[in-house]
Amino acid sequence: MSEFPTKAKCVVIGAGIVGNCLVGHLAKLGWTDMVQIDKGPLPNPGGSTGHASNFIFPTDHNKEMALLTLASQKQYIEMGMNNTCGGIEVARNPERLEEFNRRMTSAKSWGIDAKLLSPAEVKELVPFINEKIVLGGFYTPSVSCVDSLQTGTLMREGAMKSGNLNVFANTEVLDLEVENGTIKAVVTNKGRIEAEYVVVACGVWSPRIAKMAGANIPLTPAVHQMADVGPIDILQKSNAEVAYPIVRDMDTFCYERQTAGSMEVGSYAHRAIFMHPDDIPSNEASALSPTELPLTQDDFDPQMEQAIELMEMLGDAEIKYAINGLLSLTPDAMPVLGETVEVKNLWSAAAVWIKEGPGIAQLVAEWMTYGYPHLCDPHSSDISRFYAHEKTDHHIYARCDEHFNKTYGIVHPREQWATQRNMRRSPFYAREEAAGATFFDARGWERPQWFASNEKLVKKFASACEPRAHEWDARWWSPITNAEHLQMRESVGMVDLTAFNEFDFTGPGTMKFLQYMCVNNVDVEVGRSVYTPLLTPGGGFRGDLTIMRLAMDHFRVITGAFDGGRDNYWFNRHMPQDGSVKFTDMSSSLCTIGVWGPNAEKTMAKATQNINAEGKLVPFDVSQKNFPYGSVREVLIDGVPATMFRISYVGENGWEVYTKMEHGLRMWDSIAKAGEEFEIIPVGMGVYAVTGRIEKGYRLMGAELESEYNPVEAGLNRAKVKTADFIGKAEYLKAREEKPCAVMCTLEMIDNTSKSGIKRFPTGGNEPILTKTGERIVDTKGRVSRVTTAGAAPSLGKYLLLAYLTPEHAVEGNELRVMYMNELFPVRVARVGSQPVFDPTDARMKS
Amino acid sequence: MNILVCVKRVPAPGARINITPDAQQVDTAFLGFTVSPHEECAVEQAVQLIEKHGGDVTVLTLGPVEAEEQLRTAVSTGVAKAVLVPIDTQDWDPQRTAHALASVIAELEVANGKYDLILFGNESADSCGYQVGIRTALKLGRPIVNGAKGLELENGIATVRRESDAGVEIYKLKTPACVGVKEGINLPRYPTMKGRLASKKVAITQNAATGNEGGLKLITLRRPPERASNTKILGTGPDAASAVVDLLEELGVFK
Amino acid sequence: MTVLAIVEHDRGTITPASFGVLTAARNLAKQMGAKFEALTIGANADALSEVISKYGATTIHQAHNSALLDFGPDAWGESIAQVVRKITPQLVISSGTERGHEIIAQAAARLDLPAAMNCLEFDKNFTGTEPLKVVRARWGGSLMEESQIDAPIKLVTLANHIVEGVEDPTNSQIAVIEVELDDSVKQTFVQDRVERVAGVTLATSPVVVSGGRGVGSAEAFAPLEELAGLLNGVVGCSRAVTNNGWRNHTDQVGQTGTRIAPDIYIACGISGAIQHWVGAMASKNILAINIDPQANIVTKAGYAVIGDLHVVVPAISAEIRRRKNL
Repeated sequence: MSEFPTKAKCVVIGAGIVGNCLVGHLAKLGWTDMVQIDKGPLPNPGGSTGHASNFIFPTDHNKEMALLTLASQKQYIEMGMNNTCGGIEVARNPERLEEFNRRMTSAKSWGIDAKLLSPAEVKELVPFINEKIVLGGFYTPSVSCVDSLQTGTLMREGAMKSGNLNVFANTEVLDLEVENGTIKAVVTNKGRIEAEYVVVACGVWSPRIAKMAGANIPLTPAVHQMADVGPIDILQKSNAEVAYPIVRDMDTFCYERQTAGSMEVGSYAHRAIFMHPDDIPSNEASALSPTELPLTQDDFDPQMEQAIELMEMLGDAEIKYAINGLLSLTPDAMPVLGETVEVKNLWSAAAVWIKEGPGIAQLVAEWMTYGYPHLCDPHSSDISRFYAHEKTDHHIYARCDEHFNKTYGIVHPREQWATQRNMRRSPFYAREEAAGATFFDARGWERPQWFASNEKLVKKFASACEPRAHEWDARWWSPITNAEHLQMRESVGMVDLTAFNEFDFTGPGTMKFLQYMCVNNVDVEVGRSVYTPLLTPGGGFRGDLTIMRLAMDHFRVITGAFDGGRDNYWFNRHMPQDGSVKFTDMSSSLCTIGVWGPNAEKTMAKATQNINAEGKLVPFDVSQKNFPYGSVREVLIDGVPATMFRISYVGENGWEVYTKMEHGLRMWDSIAKAGEEFEIIPVGMGVYAVTGRIEKGYRLMGAELESEYNPVEAGLNRAKVKTADFIGKAEYLKAREEKPCAVMCTLEMIDNTSKSGIKRFPTGGNEPILTKTGERIVDTKGRVSRVTTAGAAPSLGKYLLLAYLTPEHAVEGNELRVMYMNELFPVRVARVGSQPVFDPTDARMKS
Repeated sequence: MNILVCVKRVPAPGARINITPDAQQVDTAFLGFTVSPHEECAVEQAVQLIEKHGGDVTVLTLGPVEAEEQLRTAVSTGVAKAVLVPIDTQDWDPQRTAHALASVIAELEVANGKYDLILFGNESADSCGYQVGIRTALKLGRPIVNGAKGLELENGIATVRRESDAGVEIYKLKTPACVGVKEGINLPRYPTMKGRLASKKVAITQNAATGNEGGLKLITLRRPPERASNTKILGTGPDAASAVVDLLEELGVFK
Repeated sequence: MTVLAIVEHDRGTITPASFGVLTAARNLAKQMGAKFEALTIGANADALSEVISKYGATTIHQAHNSALLDFGPDAWGESIAQVVRKITPQLVISSGTERGHEIIAQAAARLDLPAAMNCLEFDKNFTGTEPLKVVRARWGGSLMEESQIDAPIKLVTLANHIVEGVEDPTNSQIAVIEVELDDSVKQTFVQDRVERVAGVTLATSPVVVSGGRGVGSAEAFAPLEELAGLLNGVVGCSRAVTNNGWRNHTDQVGQTGTRIAPDIYIACGISGAIQHWVGAMASKNILAINIDPQANIVTKAGYAVIGDLHVVVPAISAEIRRRKNL
């Protein structure tokens, strides 16, 4: 055994599937001088990996998760650790059969072979199933069981053999030392190691370890009950570890997985049971292992009845092993990856399941090596996504309690959280509530999606506001959105944009700093603005935002609620250390109203004043001439100091109007009053984020704009490239020289009538765009064409889709197919590139 | 035939048993509970005997109300009836326990007739007192043999096999009799899922019991001192064989 | 005042544990300023007086009854109870063995006195009349209990392997006591006995080669059998092994198996769970052979070989054969 080191380049804490695969991948990427420690023994240190059920169902509606799972499965296969057994999700309820159609669609997107089965076909594959209670099955032949412990061991030993890793088991972390905001050392019961990088890959213990450095990894250990029952004749006779497909009894949230002669029955149906990381017993004090706690039998009993109902033979099998197994749950059910926002060079690789472990290890290793992952965009796993209130135990427990039973649930892409609502309210909330707003959650903010007060407009625009016939398409949606859209386009509407994040940068180094961060030239005149992407070092999208120049050394960055945390981290992480730039997060100080429509100018002309050269309060000239598109002005609105920014994300003339939170309500009322004569209405996010945006082909970070794609492909490249250096510049220049292998297009549905005769409306959840013969379209970089956003274009009477297409398909007028709910619908390429379908010359915004 | 098995709810600890701050109990915050391995075997033996001879097994415990869990587990493996003698603490001292058990058994026998056999575990896994079964049997005026590694019943005679250094001893007890069972007598079955579900429907009888405190009083619990060990690694893999045989020679076990 | 040691014997042969009991009783008597007396049960044990006197008992009581031909828990317990009633000692001590616990429990039940089993320590200031503080083993030795025996006569068993027998001869007096045994206590005498085949047992063998889950199968015990054979030892196993049906429970070392104290315990592929450890911890030397240098047993053992037992054990056997020129 080697001496315990005092120094290392990188210390990885944890030797579960993540820590083990991470050291393997880091070594492959050239990392040397690494140390891996775990407080438990090897090869099974007692974490969640040790009792995992170790199976992979690759189909996922979420792109990031699907790609990570497929990448993981590939690695398991390469290491000879993947045992393909097939898997069947069975339906007991008709809603589940519908969901299977959706799963068929997602399987198609990711190129996963899948098939719908009749009950009799299910029985053929699983002879011991009670097909009488099964309505059908979703069969994936590539479902597999993996050996996660052995995979981890191979990865770890690979890194050791290359001489780049020392491993110490039974080594407990006592403290993490931080110096000047950067990780300094790991203090263990065997000694102290100074390290440049430290990775917390401690699964359920991660929050506890991160806290030692003052960092947050928001997850909770939670119970997943499972029992091993056997021996069972038919399974024993199979003489195999897994001879029969794994069955997921989706409607009882339960699975049955053969393990040699017995069956493992696992449940996600019981009440959510959480534990605090500090309360997890030690290896020594645990009867089995720290994460294999005694089964709370009463919670499991209903599952046993359902399991027996599905497979009668289980009833007479002995319960040989049954546990409350601990796994990690996060408030949004996604992993927690990346550098912690609190401590530089302290990384998190937590809340990861076996099915995505090796892929995530690769992703994190790439992230640590290249500054951003290559495998896929970690957008929804990024640790920096969390806002302060989302890191509290309160929030974690509430949200995990809400989503735990949705593990096998049917979750609508637009589904809203029921808990932890009203965490953040704009100053306009009272008015919105009075107007009958239906609020959607935007990372704590309550944002009106549509207003019942606008119901009357549905009649006015009846032909464009037909209700949707299919409940699924109509869920979390209202025809009022279309009415609000048309009223805004006809006159004027006001939109609550308070959920925006505003970051102020001041100081002498600001210009240089922002030039380095942004693709487009930020050196504009004071009072002007810049729209710009932020790029990853690899030249893909890292951010997408607008910046106002408020003074020579004062810039204000505006970004969306869903990217505020990530962008905040990204700027912070790159701030010059010489104090030349000051970063102030203004998001909780400012509120915003968007005012748009043909009558927006008239409305704001009435509402706006300023103080002229003589010191007199006079109406402010809001004309395009005095106040052109893209410019920023300080004004008074009914005495309230406000900042007006002439811009639009909905394709209409108008402004984003900012003021301090405490002035907000007064400003809202003033604008509403000024707009009264134009029948101004409050307009919900249904218009702002979907219909208004999609008519204009505006891209959204996290949907169209992801790190896998570059500005050329997204159609957002400018004619010239600034001389200043910026992150991703080299790759950006390269991309500009190449012919893009995929380009962002707007497609229109030619006919959305389904075989059943009703009209369908894709939700924009990664539905594949296919050739007329139903073939997937995959570009030369391996990226698949899929719907990134879908929505109605009420002004055009169309239903639009955004998708990247390969050049041969990206031809206006070209007819393709979209798969939705396992059915093909004809679509036509309406626009290639960024030119909008509606008002292609942007005349409305500038007139 | 009627067989009664007396069991005790005990924690199922890991390699390190933690103690509560007041040093009075095992810290069971994250531990499951079970019955002692000897008692699991006693339950199994009783079930096997009635499977052979017919009759009913009753399981009896004196313990906290949570001990219902252990009673139901027994029921799920083939026991018909369960009786709980609820007390406010984890356990009572051996004299008090035996007094209470004997009086409850007497009550049960008034209602149901005499038990042909009353089985105990050889000793409890936690307190390791080695006496409750014996004290209870004597109060009931019945013979008892501990350490049973074999138990058959034929014509009112219980034949007990017990291992000693000298060999296997055979005892023959006329029923009604008591036997203290040791692990190894059988391999206890696990509950089946159906058994578990059925056990939830079985009514658990509660019998109150009293008894005066006995003369053995717990003062504190403590963990034994860690055996300070400086392991000498003799080598890795087969190359270590020579060093091992040197050691064996040194210790005089290989001449 | 009197300390009474119960001498455990098997058909007249004294058991090893009794030497520790005699020594402990003598020490306690000295501490209390009491007489140290001993008790044998059955005339077939009368001859033990010679060896008992070497341990310094001033009086050796010999309980006689024509029925006392072999062991019987009720009869032995009743015999002790009658002797105790007669001589009213302050402290009665027996061996911490199956029989020792059983007869003390029997006697205690008959006398309605408390009893403390597996005592590890006795209050050093105990004078004989006040409550006696003892430390006794719980959880098979993985926990210790400090407790107090509050009774005029204290009945205890001494945990095995705690006190070594040390002689301190004297000229003992013999006192024969005729005990009365009614039919009710006679029925639990040993009725028959199948003698163990001559040879060492797991409990007494100076060498135990033991296998755990890491052995993998019943067949894979063959190399362990071979090594044990070469060392004139026996094979033991962990609970995981018996639970898997690879070996009989009689081979199980541990809390619910056999407690052993060999000269060397060779633990192969055993992780060292506490239930196993308490059965093996009295071993004078422990050699762990384990693939995992961090396994519990390795960290607790005096000696270890890191490696796969399936390779290491045959290599050791080969080396022994080489040195023995076999």
